[in-house]
Amino acid sequence: MTQEKLKLAVVGLGKMGLSHFAMVNAHPEVQAVACDGSGFMVDVLSKNVGTPVYRDFDEMMDREAPKAVVIATPSRLHAPMVRRALEAGAHVFCEKPFCLDWQDSDALTALAAEKGLVAQVGYHYRYVGAFLEMKRLIEAGAIGRITHVLAEAYGPVVLRAKRQTWRTQKSEGGGCLYDYAAHPLNLLNWFFGAPAQVTGSVLDSVFSEGIDDEVFSTLRWNDGPTAQLSVNWSDESHRKMSTKISLIGTNGRLFADRQECQLYLRSPVEGLEDYEPGWTVKYTTELTDDRWFYLRGEEYSAQLDEFIAAVRAGERTSRENGFGSAAETDRTMAMIIENARTGQPVGAPPVMSKPEKTARKRWFGR
Amino acid sequence: MDKLLFGDNQFFGINHMSEEKARAQAMRFQKTDAIMDVLDTAYDAGIRTFMCTTHDRIAEIVTRVKADPARYGDFTFYPCMPYAHKYANAVTDHGMVGALRNFMPEDGFLATALAGGKALATREVDGIAKVLIDMEMKMFAGARAPVVFMQNVFADLLLGMGFTRAFRIFHDHVVEKYGAQPAYITMNMPMLLDALEKEGIERPIICSNINKLGFRMSGGFDAYLDALKSGRVRAVAMSVYASGAIPADEAIHWISELPGVESIVFGASSAGNIHSTKALVDKYMGVCA
Repeated sequence: MTQEKLKLAVVGLGKMGLSHFAMVNAHPEVQAVACDGSGFMVDVLSKNVGTPVYRDFDEMMDREAPKAVVIATPSRLHAPMVRRALEAGAHVFCEKPFCLDWQDSDALTALAAEKGLVAQVGYHYRYVGAFLEMKRLIEAGAIGRITHVLAEAYGPVVLRAKRQTWRTQKSEGGGCLYDYAAHPLNLLNWFFGAPAQVTGSVLDSVFSEGIDDEVFSTLRWNDGPTAQLSVNWSDESHRKMSTKISLIGTNGRLFADRQECQLYLRSPVEGLEDYEPGWTVKYTTELTDDRWFYLRGEEYSAQLDEFIAAVRAGERTSRENGFGSAAETDRTMAMIIENARTGQPVGAPPVMSKPEKTARKRWFGR
Repeated sequence: MDKLLFGDNQFFGINHMSEEKARAQAMRFQKTDAIMDVLDTAYDAGIRTFMCTTHDRIAEIVTRVKADPARYGDFTFYPCMPYAHKYANAVTDHGMVGALRNFMPEDGFLATALAGGKALATREVDGIAKVLIDMEMKMFAGARAPVVFMQNVFADLLLGMGFTRAFRIFHDHVVEKYGAQPAYITMNMPMLLDALEKEGIERPIICSNINKLGFRMSGGFDAYLDALKSGRVRAVAMSVYASGAIPADEAIHWISELPGVESIVFGASSAGNIHSTKALVDKYMGVCA
């Protein structure tokens, strides 16, 4: 029964990387290694934590040969580092957004599949209890045919013209679209797949030079809804990032954010006996289980836990947030960028297949 | 420590259940007067300790309390540091090293050490940590602050990384410079307790979720109970109502029968909730204060 610990390297010790490192290092089944390009970070950590800390990625890969890696470097570096890791036969958990060029995303998706490696991207909202419940309710057809979607994210990242970091440089994968809008878009992809058409996109700067601080777009799906995307990371009224999705359908309304899932049902739905007509609210706190370690929210632990569990169980694909699904989000973002640049709709107008004929009662039929 | 401590989440728009409620609270407590009114209600109900983050607005509260010693003779603060947002913003603006350098005294050896871009000696890391603690403690100068907490996001980040020496630095500085008792907030109590003991810190004060449902008791309900029964920890229980999932009477009764729990910390905005929680704690844990 006693299995050796999983050697897992965390690469990039920035905002997300440090927190990933803390979580995997605390995992009872993991032997962690760390790697970061900053001499300061490597120096302070190597003197104070028991884990090996490297400054050079290639050296770390060669000397440690980790069985799995977490890539949390600036987005531009994702594609080459993920490729290097997959080629070395390592399972990969990559921070979002996956790749800045969706063709890299597709190629890496294929490579991971060919090698049979667990390949996951850190879209943690798919592990938030309220959004999981939203997904379950959509699949159960709770609110009927969904026609109307509003996807939003707001938060206080860029509140004044400021020093440049990679997050404020387009070429590095910075900007509100990649950093913030990626999350609600990824949820829309999860619920509805890839959009058929993107129109009305605006990527505007508020305080930044050369990158977007706010994003607007209209997305339409074949046999699906129309969604409006509204995202702004220059909003100080939010204490931290807030992502919310509102859906209106023929049988009601469904709303979710990190804290709660609210459903308004017109008629009861078979299989959803825990929801009555009218409003029902469920909270993430009641929809979530504890994991081995808590740092900033159960979802962060949960996504790493699933990744580690899949690797240790010898699985050959990820359980959620596989590279393919993140590539879909990369493509959706590419559509928004192109639409905002050219002003021309990207993709084809959505096709609605004819609804199945049902015996309709006529007003004067009887 | 008193048996009942008053928390501050409700004043700063933090609500684990609903963003709408959080915003309504942020609006209500926009003015310091509104916060002070609630603190007065709690104080007059016999709740003397305010466990608070080192948020800028707490400085205003401290100033008011110090200005009226006749009214607030027993008013006690338990500072919880660091107030992470302050640092997160500084790091976004100046980068990790730049942010640290910004916080160090100008022209001091620490600023110079950080400017050099060279490796920091252990002594310098310790020095930087102490300057950061002093900066957070500044607003409490002249007020009663006999227990000083390290905040959970920071404590758990250090715990996860295995940077446990920082707990020792914090412990020693709080004891030596402030004559106060160091304490820690965590979402991973059993793991933190082991780490503190390895650093030679015995019977630490640890604040963590403790509730009948096991809500956000990471490391497992049983491990928490074992730690409490062992007598190795002086526990402060938070989230005793599990965000409202457990009826108040049942929640406090259950806590009162646990060994090792010295205090409960709770947040409330209404006189009704303050008085009812105080009455339950008096009933089950003996009259406090």
